[in-house]
Amino acid sequence: MSFFAITRATLAKDIRLEWRSKDAINAMLFFALLVVVIFSFAFDPTAEESRRIAGGLIWVAFLFAAVVALNQTWARELRNQVLDAYRVSPAPANPLFLAKAFGNFIFVSLLEALMTPLFIAFYKLRALGPAWELAPIALLGTWALVVNGTFFAAISLRTRSREIMLPLLLFPFSIPALLGMVNATTAVLTGEESAKFWIALLLAYDVVFSTACLLFFEFVLEAE
Amino acid sequence: MKRGFPILAIVTALLLSFALYQALIVAPTEQTMGNVQRIFYYHVPSAWTAFLLFAINFVASILYLIKRSEKADMLALVSAEVGVVFCTVVLITGPIWARPVWGIWWTWDLRLTLTLVLWLIYVSYLLLRRFSTGGKTPMIAAVVAIFGALDVPLVYFSIWFFRTQHPSPVIGAGGSLDPRMAHVLLINWAAFLCLAWLLCWTRYELEVAQRRIEESQAMESLMEGLR
Repeated sequence: MSFFAITRATLAKDIRLEWRSKDAINAMLFFALLVVVIFSFAFDPTAEESRRIAGGLIWVAFLFAAVVALNQTWARELRNQVLDAYRVSPAPANPLFLAKAFGNFIFVSLLEALMTPLFIAFYKLRALGPAWELAPIALLGTWALVVNGTFFAAISLRTRSREIMLPLLLFPFSIPALLGMVNATTAVLTGEESAKFWIALLLAYDVVFSTACLLFFEFVLEAE
Repeated sequence: MKRGFPILAIVTALLLSFALYQALIVAPTEQTMGNVQRIFYYHVPSAWTAFLLFAINFVASILYLIKRSEKADMLALVSAEVGVVFCTVVLITGPIWARPVWGIWWTWDLRLTLTLVLWLIYVSYLLLRRFSTGGKTPMIAAVVAIFGALDVPLVYFSIWFFRTQHPSPVIGAGGSLDPRMAHVLLINWAAFLCLAWLLCWTRYELEVAQRRIEESQAMESLMEGLR
């Protein structure tokens, strides 16, 4: 099978599994909803203030919710020794990683699409800057969370208490990406400054870590 | 342990006491900050030593991935551990110095934030090593160490831009350093480097002993199982 075929097969399998069980997406959606509601209770801002803090709140909520989905990524493959089977098969490691990363990207994007209207309603948001810039910010930001998240989730498979290990690894490493997403979103919402630098930073982050993940995933998969 | 070890220990002790004398007595008192500024001779060398150790961790991790030698792995572990210790010293002496001079304990300035994020990254690296099970800890640890090193320039640029956008109220030291102060600073750095070397060496030998014990215990239980 070619590289592309393996990626597509694994991705299709994951989406079908998720479609039937809806384990990750249900947990993630409800978790994100809880975070949004709790944030609205914890901070009760006026429309002007909320424009300044909403960028931070949105991305922190997505980050927390993404961890719920990321933890499920590989756990599913441990039951029935699917990962071991993959390891002994002649298939290369990278298509598997890409399929998992794309799968998570789809789940987290879906979550964002469903949660953003809620955020807009609860925080009475209206972008004062160029709103179309939010699209590249969301795409690049989600990929930044998901690519490293998928990789670190595979790493935390090799640890005790792996559910807690993933955020402990992912959060410190994601600080530049988080700064990028939050500041770019705030820049667009307030319209006071340009989001260009932050979008470029996100792009750089994505390129650097996508390359690194593809270079090193084989080491992680074989590590057993 | 090898014969060089006590020699290094004695040299470190002498150099540290000499550096202490230099920092507290010989170095001129700073004009505006007064004696508080002398913490500089501990703060800055600790920072340089920590960054050097993190760089060693990066090189050792790459070496491990290429050669798969246990020595490189132990060097990576040891340098990260001792580096975190020195980085902690930086993060503690910094606020102690900042409070009387700037009037605040902490500011989200470029260097402070970068040091804090570095500390976070390497603590999470050490946590991973602690939590990791099975024989492939060195491999995944090496990969994570390389990810950490890749993250550093990105962290640098993000904070740099973040901070130039919102200038901090604090005015940095700036200007040039008095040559007498530079002299004391370098002596202190030499002393700290010796101390770091000594700590790494001790920790390294400890790790070797620990791994040997674990191996022999594993062998013993294996033999018992055979009997």
